[in-house]
Amino acid sequence: MSPIAPGTPAPEFRLITEKGKEFTHEDLRGQTTVLVFYPFAFSPVCTDQLNVYNEVLDEFEARGARVFGVSCDASWSQHAFRKQLGVDIPQLSDFEPKGAVCRAFGVYHEAGFPQRALVITDPDAVVQWSHQAPSPGDLPGANLIFDGLDAVQARA
Amino acid sequence: MTDLGSAPLPALAEDDHVRGAEGGRLVIEYGDFECHFCAMTHVRLLDLPIRHVFRHFPVRSKHPRARACACAAEAAARQGRFWEFHDALYADQGRLDDPHLWQRARDLGLDLDRFEADRRAEEVVARVQRDFDAGIRVGVVTTPTLFVDGEPHAGIPDRALLARLTADD
Repeated sequence: MSPIAPGTPAPEFRLITEKGKEFTHEDLRGQTTVLVFYPFAFSPVCTDQLNVYNEVLDEFEARGARVFGVSCDASWSQHAFRKQLGVDIPQLSDFEPKGAVCRAFGVYHEAGFPQRALVITDPDAVVQWSHQAPSPGDLPGANLIFDGLDAVQARA
Repeated sequence: MTDLGSAPLPALAEDDHVRGAEGGRLVIEYGDFECHFCAMTHVRLLDLPIRHVFRHFPVRSKHPRARACACAAEAAARQGRFWEFHDALYADQGRLDDPHLWQRARDLGLDLDRFEADRRAEEVVARVQRDFDAGIRVGVVTTPTLFVDGEPHAGIPDRALLARLTADD
């Protein structure tokens, strides 16, 4: 399985926000969106990744992009995770049916959790850039997201 | 907007903080003064015959005092005492509030008024931010990250890396 290719419209999907509301492919419309797929809430490696992205959130916003964390954890776990980290990145849950959205985006690890992957969609909900870390233990730097956003902007 | 896309590791700058043997292996650390793993790394590197460069990578959400400590170390640097302040911060990570920073400044015989003004100065804040931005651009995600021969090593250096740092090759 490889991550969804640039140029592909985002598949139909349904994720759950921390407030228990649905977040679907329709919610991608109108703004550039960065989906940060990570293996597990509370794993130490994910912790570093979201903390560092949080540090440069205003720079993502300056580029008109919003950032979401996506995992197969339940919303309650994601919410507790985000609070514990002290980060502002909203979380989206792919808990039930487990991993359905990760599969649709081509980022589901066969061992039952999301790959560590990044997907950028444009305001028309079309995937414009994607990246999957060589292994779940490898942390993609924020620089890669900025590279992706620069590439998307250059094509626009 | 700051350019934060991928970029190579910056070469040594004149105002980089460097200590250790001139001929020693160059180790460029991106570190955070409130990070326990960095404190452990500090202990492991202390007596090695390396040329150690420290660059700031404070992560606020994880370590609320990290940025204040980085700016305080830069203020100490303006009075020629960066490394002493660096060592003093890592020597006691349980005391990183403002009064503790002032006490360290006093213990080092710094001009306290100047220290206090400097640590809040725009240039000092910008100096810390410069290191942080460069760290982002080179892909630093965790602290410490040590660059040895241009290659990143995240986390506390293990025995193999420590052996490599002292090998004569």
